[in-house]
Amino acid sequence: MITLAHFLSLGALLFCIAVAGIFINRKNVIVLLMCIELMLLAVNTNFVAFSRYLGDPAGQVFVFFILTVAAAEAAIGLAILVVLFRNRATIDVTAIDTLKG
Amino acid sequence: MMLDKYILLTIVLAPLLGALIAGFFGKRIGRVASHSVTITGVGLSCALSIHVLYQLVWGGAESFNQNLYTWFEVGSTSAHVGFLIDRLTAMMMVVVTFVSLMVHVYTIGYMAEDDGYERFFSYIALFTFSMLMLVMSNNFLQLFFGWEAVGLVSYLLIGFWYKRPTAIFANMKAFLVNRVGDFGFLLGIAGVLMWFGGSLDYGTVFAHAQDPSLDMASRSVELIAGHPWHVATIVCICLFIGAMGKSAQVPLHVWLPDSMEGPTPISALIHAATMVTAGIFMVARMSPLFELSETALTFVLVIGATTALFTGLIGVVQNDIKRVVAYSTLSQLGYMTVALGVSAYSAGVFHLMTHAFFKALLFLGAGSVIIAMHHEQDMRHMGGLRKYMPITWITMWIGSLALAGAPGFAGFFSKDAIIEAVGESHRLGAGYAYFCVLAGVFITALYSFRLLYMTFHGKERFVVDKVKQHHGHVDHEHHAPGHLAHAPNESPWVVTVPLVLLAIPSVVVGFLTIGPMLFGDYFGNAIFVREANNVIGELGHEFHGATAMVLHGFTQAPFWIALAGFGTATWIWLFNPSIADKAENALRPLHTVLANKYWFDTIYQAVFARGGLRFGRGLWRGSDAALIDGAINGSASLVDQLSALVRRIQSGYLYHYAFAMILGLILLLGGSWWVFARIAA
Repeated sequence: MITLAHFLSLGALLFCIAVAGIFINRKNVIVLLMCIELMLLAVNTNFVAFSRYLGDPAGQVFVFFILTVAAAEAAIGLAILVVLFRNRATIDVTAIDTLKG
Repeated sequence: MMLDKYILLTIVLAPLLGALIAGFFGKRIGRVASHSVTITGVGLSCALSIHVLYQLVWGGAESFNQNLYTWFEVGSTSAHVGFLIDRLTAMMMVVVTFVSLMVHVYTIGYMAEDDGYERFFSYIALFTFSMLMLVMSNNFLQLFFGWEAVGLVSYLLIGFWYKRPTAIFANMKAFLVNRVGDFGFLLGIAGVLMWFGGSLDYGTVFAHAQDPSLDMASRSVELIAGHPWHVATIVCICLFIGAMGKSAQVPLHVWLPDSMEGPTPISALIHAATMVTAGIFMVARMSPLFELSETALTFVLVIGATTALFTGLIGVVQNDIKRVVAYSTLSQLGYMTVALGVSAYSAGVFHLMTHAFFKALLFLGAGSVIIAMHHEQDMRHMGGLRKYMPITWITMWIGSLALAGAPGFAGFFSKDAIIEAVGESHRLGAGYAYFCVLAGVFITALYSFRLLYMTFHGKERFVVDKVKQHHGHVDHEHHAPGHLAHAPNESPWVVTVPLVLLAIPSVVVGFLTIGPMLFGDYFGNAIFVREANNVIGELGHEFHGATAMVLHGFTQAPFWIALAGFGTATWIWLFNPSIADKAENALRPLHTVLANKYWFDTIYQAVFARGGLRFGRGLWRGSDAALIDGAINGSASLVDQLSALVRRIQSGYLYHYAFAMILGLILLLGGSWWVFARIAA
């Protein structure tokens, strides 16, 4: 039997993988964007699980909104990435440190 | 009949208007217009003052006491601009405006070659306005306004030749010494406001002081717990400290001799005839307060007596013609103060009036000599001037005779009245004062005639350089001492006319006015003397008219003492000038003491001036540089060091920021969860 706990664990696991991806990744910005998408998916899993558990369809409606926003965000993120590459000729995360104090 | 308030306003404002026009538009309207407008203003003021005096004395007008304008109100205390015009005020107004008018005319001649001509006229007209505000005031605050305003003009005029370092030093000194006096004066005014009916109005305050049910004469206050002090004594001594500053009494006298750095006309007007007598006038005006305190009057008496004798002594060893007259002024101010100290206020004011005329005359005469000598002031380079400038010579003689108290001249009446009043008084210190004023008579005669002999008689001690005559006037300031470009000659009429006009009252004013002023009821209610202190009333029993007083004067001690002074001066400086040097050597220690002016200046310079400087430097180094700058620079460098540490957190890597955000989020959520769990439990 697959219970709510399984779904929540999966969500938490996905989220942790995404966070780890952000920290451990030292290479390129695309991986960062993918990790953010993964975080959103983890949240979506939680929404669907709770919606099913509580019998409230509103949670599933939210998931659609989040997917839409995530798509737009991915588009903007990739656009920024293209501009970044044009300006700096690199997408190496370690090379992007203009904010260093 | 009432005095017209518009006349009074005109008296005050006419000189102010002249001062403003000459001050702001002087360069545009030119010299002649500048002196015309100020002389017109002061002349109008003088004519109207004489009119007011006439109305009060012969026209049957009543004293005028009215507020004309409310300056400001603070709580229940309000400050007004108002006039109190009684006979005391009217007399002062006439003296001030008359002497001022004479000085204005004289200035046309004296300052003829000066660049600051218009500025000078503006200042002296402004002075006339300030002095009138001072004497005509009907409340303490306006009195203080006038008091400070005359001090300001005095400062401006002492430093009139602002490119001379000595003049700048002198005006700073006058200003600072007067601050000491004014501090006391302000405390005195505060005391009046606090203890005498909560008002600054003369009328209210004096009524409060004289109200028998309040018994102000024995009221005490504990300024320091457990030490009751007499209210009237505190207030009067504080007020008198103000008078000591303004009227140059020991030990605040040091500024007056230095004020001679200013042009001679203002020495005559401000530092002899009017401003320095403001303190005397003020004490006479406050007689209802001073009568309450025997202690304060003794203080006044001792200070006055000390000033009268010891500053006169310095005058004997001075060689600068103006400084001799300046020390004589100090000594005469001492006489006036002595009169106040024995409750003979009317005698003090009477001497103030006669002194204003003959001392202004002496200063203007000295100025005339200075013009003739091309701004040489050292009497050692003069001598024999009488044949070059007869009018100056004669008028100076008249002034000196009046000063020395030759019977019949103005100074005789006033000075004799003071001496006899002191002899009559039983106040503590009166014995010392009597000795001082009698000895002072000898000294007065000594330095007065010494000045005359050294300046006008004897051998000529200057050389007329015939050769340099071609160079003209331009470089006469650069001559060696005692060398003149051409022979001295009599000053122009604008200089001699004021001398003559001042010489007339110097002869007759005492004879004409002593009867009503001292022994009649001229002053009426303006001056209040308690019955027990009324020495002038005592003298009045022996007074049988001015002529009798003159004749009686020949048999009195002061006359013989003055004659002794005259004889000594004649013997030494007219016939045997070499004795002066021998005496100087024989009395070397005494001469040293006098030449150093009892070291007052030296001590003040060392203790107060240098001490103040050192104190200020200490505060600057210790408090400002170390403490305040230290705190500010310290906090700045602390921030600097802290941020040098904190900036390392700003790595610039995106994943570090993200990590910080998530860490923050976890802490925030965890923290709030923990808190809510606690609340729920």
